[in-house]
Amino acid sequence: MTGDWNLRWSHTFSPDVLAEIRRAANTGVYSIRGFGAKRAVPNFDDLVFLGASMSRYPLEGYREACGTDVVLGARHASEPVHLDIPITIAGMSFGSLSANAKEALGRGASAAGTSTTTGDGGMTDEERGHSTKLVVQYLPSRYGMNPDDLRRADAIEVVVGQGAKPGGGGMLMGQKISERVAAMRTLPEGIDQRSACRHPDWTGPDDMEIKIQELREITGWRVPIYVKVGAARPYYDTALAVKAGADVVVVDGMQGGTAATQDVFIEHVGIPTLAAVPEAVRALKELDMHRTVQLVVAGGIRTGADVAKALALGADAVSIGTAALVAIGDNDPDLDDEYRALGSAAGAWDQYQAGNDPAGITTQDPELASRLDPVLAGRRLANYLKVLTLEAQTLARACGKSHVHNLEPQDMAALTVEAAAMAGVPLAGTSWVPGRDA
Amino acid sequence: MTAATALDLAGATLREVNSTLQAADGGSFRVVNPQGAHALACGLDAPVSVHVDGPVGYYCAGMNQHATVHVDGNAGTGLAENVMSGTVTVTGNAGQSAGATGHGGLVVVHGNASARCGISMKGVDIVVGGDVGHMSAFMAQAGNLVVLGDAGADLGDSIYEARLFVRGSVASLGADCVEKEVRPEHLEFLAARLADAGLDADPADFRRYGSARRLYNFHPDDVDAEVAR
Repeated sequence: MTGDWNLRWSHTFSPDVLAEIRRAANTGVYSIRGFGAKRAVPNFDDLVFLGASMSRYPLEGYREACGTDVVLGARHASEPVHLDIPITIAGMSFGSLSANAKEALGRGASAAGTSTTTGDGGMTDEERGHSTKLVVQYLPSRYGMNPDDLRRADAIEVVVGQGAKPGGGGMLMGQKISERVAAMRTLPEGIDQRSACRHPDWTGPDDMEIKIQELREITGWRVPIYVKVGAARPYYDTALAVKAGADVVVVDGMQGGTAATQDVFIEHVGIPTLAAVPEAVRALKELDMHRTVQLVVAGGIRTGADVAKALALGADAVSIGTAALVAIGDNDPDLDDEYRALGSAAGAWDQYQAGNDPAGITTQDPELASRLDPVLAGRRLANYLKVLTLEAQTLARACGKSHVHNLEPQDMAALTVEAAAMAGVPLAGTSWVPGRDA
Repeated sequence: MTAATALDLAGATLREVNSTLQAADGGSFRVVNPQGAHALACGLDAPVSVHVDGPVGYYCAGMNQHATVHVDGNAGTGLAENVMSGTVTVTGNAGQSAGATGHGGLVVVHGNASARCGISMKGVDIVVGGDVGHMSAFMAQAGNLVVLGDAGADLGDSIYEARLFVRGSVASLGADCVEKEVRPEHLEFLAARLADAGLDADPADFRRYGSARRLYNFHPDDVDAEVAR
């Protein structure tokens, strides 16, 4: 495209925009894909830690302790969730993922001392069996929902929204509605499932407060209740979730992944994770609930630096989805030939809805699913979680913190004006926080 | 006959009452002074019999398994939501989303049920003596909704495999919901379920509605392929 300087290409009507116009004209159906937002948005890379200096005393790496444990849900639950690391595995359904992939996530999370989460489709025995700590999601569709699974879960996550599609319901294309998936969801086999975006039996936070009461009564006030929202109005959503009685608020930014959603939803609805965290923390602090109600942040978390920065902004833990899938083998370069045969490439493949994943992760095809060794994949995830934790500890020690939760906004500076404004930390080299009085 | 154990919500907390009911593996209970309590008798998991003297709030008998719950009065939103089995009966009216997402069992409302009755139902049978509100049986997946009165607008919108039987008028059908033939097996089913519900009606007076199955899959055009041909 750039080789011939006689050709003047349009920025507005770029080649990918032109291709989408032609695809839409040919099919009359909107574009559906998986993965998360692919466009550049302000993110945690736009922040840096300041490290120790004359006024901050660093801790010795490898020798001095730096805690990583976190307790989620002690506000009301008699059995809160104790995790060794502040990194959890986000909700991803059996149906969107193969049984082997779900098992691998459970194995990896358990080895690392953290939790994994069901998804829109119910809990499988394999998943429960391989997950030391399992959070069951309570979604608008209520596919596979039953009181026995609620009681055998370690926590309940009431899903109001998802970062990839705040305001949208789930999708699972017919290629993945296998006999087992259909039976679990009480749906005809092979249909293109489009599930509800609103819960069927409540409207608004006042009703949700009663719903949470019911869930607590059914589970004997034993397990924590999380409320998950897509990052749209995080200040108000967090405050209302707290008012409704949540033990934990999960805020999922627009970079959060999905198994299948309209591309226009993924790229154009919701706000970046970086922008959402400070607003959620502000709501918790104003209600005097910061650290009483825990904040879990999700959406594009990739590295220990991302983890540390989210915690420094006030989160208690983070949640990973897409990164966990990559860790267990999604988009692996070794499969590049097969991805290219599907019209994509390793690293760019986002057709999770198609059910033909060469990695055996986002599929219900038994032959493809058998390609994923859940034991080996679980080890990869455990290793990855270990690295994230070590990286976060390294950064925390450099800032003189004996626990990752002691990180604070004052440990950071922003590299861009946008990030400074969103994160509420000074632009690097200045004391200026846009939007605040000097 | 053993007398029912009395539980008085004027003196006991909801947690105490529900704990007692949830711990029982059988027997009969009578809950008095419910005063519109929410989440009453939810999460029961045994063949106990619970009679509630008075109105209840949201989510009464939610996620019920095996138990028989009888409410002498009206019920708020989400009556017997996600019910798995057993029978839940209300002598008065029910609020929105009665029987929502229910997987099995029988829910009976002698009066009217408000909007979204049977929303996303997954196998439960719901019998309503009066009318049901708008968007009832929205995205209903399986089970049967029997309405002796009238149905509000957009009945059965985006319905899957549930069956809807209405004796009175239907304000309008929702997307992909169509009227279907009433066959002998439907009359037989209606007679049995009406008897179970203790409601008197002639099965022959009902009309049946269900899915046209036109929304089950996306239907992309393929202009390029047509041109190539």
